[in-house]
Amino acid sequence: MFKEISLHILDLAENCVTSGAKNINIKIIENTKDNRLQFEIIDDGKGMNKNEIEQAIDPFFTTRTTRRVGLGLPFLKEATEACNGSFDIQSEPGKGTRVIAKFQRDHIDRMPIGDIQSTILNLLVGYPDIHWCFEYKLDNKQFVLDNNEIIKELNGISFSDPMIIRFLRTTIENGIKVIHKQK
Amino acid sequence: MNTIKSLEDLKRVREEALQKRKVKTTSGQTQVIIGMGTCGIAAGARNTMKAVLNFIEHENLQNVLVTQTGCIGLCEQEPILQVVQGDSPKVTYGKVTEEVARHIMKEHVMMGKIVDKYVISV
Repeated sequence: MFKEISLHILDLAENCVTSGAKNINIKIIENTKDNRLQFEIIDDGKGMNKNEIEQAIDPFFTTRTTRRVGLGLPFLKEATEACNGSFDIQSEPGKGTRVIAKFQRDHIDRMPIGDIQSTILNLLVGYPDIHWCFEYKLDNKQFVLDNNEIIKELNGISFSDPMIIRFLRTTIENGIKVIHKQK
Repeated sequence: MNTIKSLEDLKRVREEALQKRKVKTTSGQTQVIIGMGTCGIAAGARNTMKAVLNFIEHENLQNVLVTQTGCIGLCEQEPILQVVQGDSPKVTYGKVTEEVARHIMKEHVMMGKIVDKYVISV
């Protein structure tokens, strides 16, 4: 359904916010030697019991009151299975949720990671009261962004301030460029 | 994150931002809300928000607060963008592509003129 992995990440991050999470951790790991691409999203929201986890993967179930279908998770599950990968949800009521999606990196149907920069920027600006921690590891190189460090420095200035948007955008773009640079 | 270098840059950015804050061009704040539920994302809402942020950055727009929200139940109208300006009631726009977003930012957010063509009733 989505053409990029980064859009699935954006979709799952929205679920974390809806669950009332205060801390959300997004980890992307790409390993060319192991032919592995995976991402994890961990939150400390209200979590789910076993029954709710099963329902979450059912496309005809949703917690929304406005529609009767919830397609985000079922589509992601299908996308991983189409790429010889796997999909898992670990959750505990009151503790939080962890979603792990794995793909065979060189599989012909594996969608690109895509514009992860915009995904990260949108989440940082759109939900500035949440503690976000992004980690993108490509082989032995890593980009980490923890917005707590930024919030401390900002000390009251809005994340929607044009200069802050520019700072965030360039920090993210440069960080991701660096890990993709060939030696 | 290259902590030392980046945080130093951020300190400088913060100082500059504080200076600019003293000169206000519009009174009150405008809130721009973008729907980022599964339906929104599938319809291209990420790029809509990207266009809004780019607009703010390049026009150096102060006093705008951009936030995200989940699905509001009008999935066929996605991407959805809402504007709350001062004490005025919230205006909801539908089918907001990147171009439409730029138009709304210019006409409504900057000049206070609602863009009737794209308004939808909630």
